Amino acid sequence: MSFPWAEHYTPKHPLMQWVDEKLPLPRLVYNAVGAGYPVPRNLNYFWNFGVLAGLALLIQIVTGVVMAMHYGANTLVAFGTVEQTMRDVNAGWLMRYAHANGASFFFIVVYLHIFRGLYFGSYKAPREMVWLLGLVIFLLMMATAFMGYVLPWGQMSYWGAKVITGLFGAIPVVGEPIQTWLLGGFAPGNASLNRFFSLHFLLPFVIAAVVILHIWALHIPGSSNPTGVEVKGPQDTVPFHPYYTAKDGFGAGIFLILFAILLFFAPNYLGHPDNYIEANPLSTPAHIVPEWYFWPFYAILRAFTVDFFFVPAKLLGVLAMFASILLLFFLPWLDTSPVRSGSYRPTFKTFFWILVLDVLILGYCGGAPAEEPYVMISQVAAAYYFAHFLIILPMIARFEKPLPLPNSITEAVLAKYAKADGEPAAVPAE
Amino acid sequence: MANSEQVDGQGLSGEDGVRRRDFINVAAVSFAGVGAVGVVLPLIDQMNPSADVLALASTEVDLSAIQPGQAIKTTFRSQPLFVRQLTEKEIAEADKVDPSTLRDPQTLAERTVDGKKQWLITMGVCTHLGCVPLGAGEGENRGEFGGYFCPCHGSSYDTAARIRKGPAPKNLEVPKYSFTSDTAILVG
Amino acid sequence: MVRIGAFLVGLFFAGWLLISFLVGAYSYVVEPPAKTVEHEFHLAPKHVSFSFDGPLGRYDNQQLQRGFQVFKEVCSACHSLKFVAFRDLAGIGYNEAEIKAIAKNWTIKTPSVDPATGEASTRDGIPADYFPSPFANNVAAAAANNNAIPPDLSLMTKARHHGSAYVYSLLTGFQEQPAELLKHFPDAKTPEGLHFNPYFANLNLAMAPPLSADGQVTYGDGTKPTIDQMSQDVAAFLTWTAEPKLENRRRAGVATILFLLIATGLAYMAYQNIWADKKKAA
Repeated sequence: MSFPWAEHYTPKHPLMQWVDEKLPLPRLVYNAVGAGYPVPRNLNYFWNFGVLAGLALLIQIVTGVVMAMHYGANTLVAFGTVEQTMRDVNAGWLMRYAHANGASFFFIVVYLHIFRGLYFGSYKAPREMVWLLGLVIFLLMMATAFMGYVLPWGQMSYWGAKVITGLFGAIPVVGEPIQTWLLGGFAPGNASLNRFFSLHFLLPFVIAAVVILHIWALHIPGSSNPTGVEVKGPQDTVPFHPYYTAKDGFGAGIFLILFAILLFFAPNYLGHPDNYIEANPLSTPAHIVPEWYFWPFYAILRAFTVDFFFVPAKLLGVLAMFASILLLFFLPWLDTSPVRSGSYRPTFKTFFWILVLDVLILGYCGGAPAEEPYVMISQVAAAYYFAHFLIILPMIARFEKPLPLPNSITEAVLAKYAKADGEPAAVPAE
Repeated sequence: MANSEQVDGQGLSGEDGVRRRDFINVAAVSFAGVGAVGVVLPLIDQMNPSADVLALASTEVDLSAIQPGQAIKTTFRSQPLFVRQLTEKEIAEADKVDPSTLRDPQTLAERTVDGKKQWLITMGVCTHLGCVPLGAGEGENRGEFGGYFCPCHGSSYDTAARIRKGPAPKNLEVPKYSFTSDTAILVG
Repeated sequence: MVRIGAFLVGLFFAGWLLISFLVGAYSYVVEPPAKTVEHEFHLAPKHVSFSFDGPLGRYDNQQLQRGFQVFKEVCSACHSLKFVAFRDLAGIGYNEAEIKAIAKNWTIKTPSVDPATGEASTRDGIPADYFPSPFANNVAAAAANNNAIPPDLSLMTKARHHGSAYVYSLLTGFQEQPAELLKHFPDAKTPEGLHFNPYFANLNLAMAPPLSADGQVTYGDGTKPTIDQMSQDVAAFLTWTAEPKLENRRRAGVATILFLLIATGLAYMAYQNIWADKKKAA
């Protein structure tokens, strides 16, 4: 599952040879993220986000296991145990804030990772499976994050649980039984809290498992790169270690600095004040919003305000929200352009940036109160979102005239460095 | 995520170059290691008792209601604590014993506060396997030595709560305490 | 096949959204949404500066102790502080003996069980106790307060946007309903038993102005107890109750970030080193 010129794992120490015979785990690591994995030499910083997402998952699992040591999954005490963790447990405030803000950072790096894939055509053959598994991870993350947000049992926890499970209630006939089944009651209560806690603990490990599949699927064709031109020979690649471990180490440093700034100096900036009020089933907050990473989808949900004949607007909104994520699973077959990287696709590039802006607008509207003009803006933005993936992308693929591609990765790299050095492009020395 | 643990000397020329470059790589990895330790410390510390647990780490006991010959059972750090006022007879019985013949040699005076020999304060935890001995409650079996008796494996303690018979290796533990007044103690 | 299906689905969603937009826009133009009284007259919290403002600000223990005094003499009659324990007062500079005395002399006694009869009873507080609630339960709280339950104050400054300034603004913001308001919204007259306050979300709240006169408490440190001063002090105290670890957090943050800057700098140099031979034009 690698290029023929990949370096081979040859343990020198007898102990390592013995381990390699019995359980070749070091060999697996060597070939997965060590010197045995040849990677295109021209990856830019956008290729850091995969490893950073892994780091974020690790932070979440470690701090999450710690939080679980001090948490009581019971509606009577849940809010209090989280507060007690913040006040009395040694370094408890650090664990709690790291876990809450770690979720945000996980989504930030995953969104950047996804948009990297969208721009550079990483979803295209032969890497469709990598893309599909990535989307599975994304869905699992959303489920995990939603259930985790319910656990502190604040006002937003409670009403978020009620509203989101209420989405299932929009399904005709079976909707209400499904909602009742999900909650284990007629409203969020002890049963809901306990199952959400159980699943919130389980799902991150499922995510970790799918991450392994995601990396496995990636190693079959090997990593993509900013030119989108496939690797042609040894001159196009460098071993993952030490080249990309060093680059990822630097990237991790930047990530941790930004994380520390938020964690230590503005830990509640991305949160909502209402979640510091204990859940009260008798009083709804004036303005229910999910966490910021759900805002674009929340905007799509609320954008449907007019019934479509016998289909109520509420159901349309739910269908559209799920469709907005599910359509990404079809992306490899919607964008049929043979050119992979957006850098060589002028029309695609323009629309890509419109999409980025569109998603930001949707996010803003999703976080705003459900009043005009936000609803109208999100209607237009949501319309573009669907049009972009389902109509515009397939059309661009058909009509666009791409720019000339470099012959190889090495040629592109050398041209770039030559430009930086102010010399004409050199022919590869090899 | 990980820093390079070792760096091959690829593309390096000259002795000086090797040393300087290696130094920076080693320094970077060392810093990552120090950082990892810095992260692990709070992760370990969070499992220590929290502030609310420590706040209950000392207990005040009011002695005024305990008559000679009576004992009360209270709790100290979530474990039973026996507070007993000995009678003259019990004190005499305890003093009569030659400590050198005991499994865990101690005199009653060593197990009580100077001038307050009648106040015997011990943990209610059998030193064998941690059961709660009988004898603090009214009418409970106090064993053949008139102190405490552990029903789990039959350890008998005398009137100074010293082990006399049975499998327990040590006398009942005397916690750290001090008298805050004539009729009150602070344990812990 | 996939692309034809996608096209139809895309057309449906995008088309229906645009129709929804036109319907919404039409009614927006024909019948613009009415402005609400909250929209027009609710005010953002006043600007007020505290010693803990900014990324490196710290609590002023003198002020927190004054704020605690205001809480004790005024707020605690109705509001609970259930996530804070007497022992926590060590964090604002009280010593062990003082905390013991505060706990013992606290007006509201700690709920307990009578050891003789097993009936509910009360006892003096000890440092390990949490501040006892003034009401036995929500029903009692509502009954004693004209059906409005006084909220717990432990987390109040984190449970509102710009919480410290909000508490200060609310306490100093009670006023007569402006004539302008009644002119435009004649139905919005403050109901009997409520009190107008533009800093409160729906403008009328059940709490009567708790700080109504200068000198309502007497400060031991000689600070002049004006309404403004007392409001600031209690807002600072409630900021501490909501975030007692603020100073630890900021100190740890400075150390962590300094360390990370150096580590990241080294990581960058190592990265450049390792790539040195690859980043050259042939």
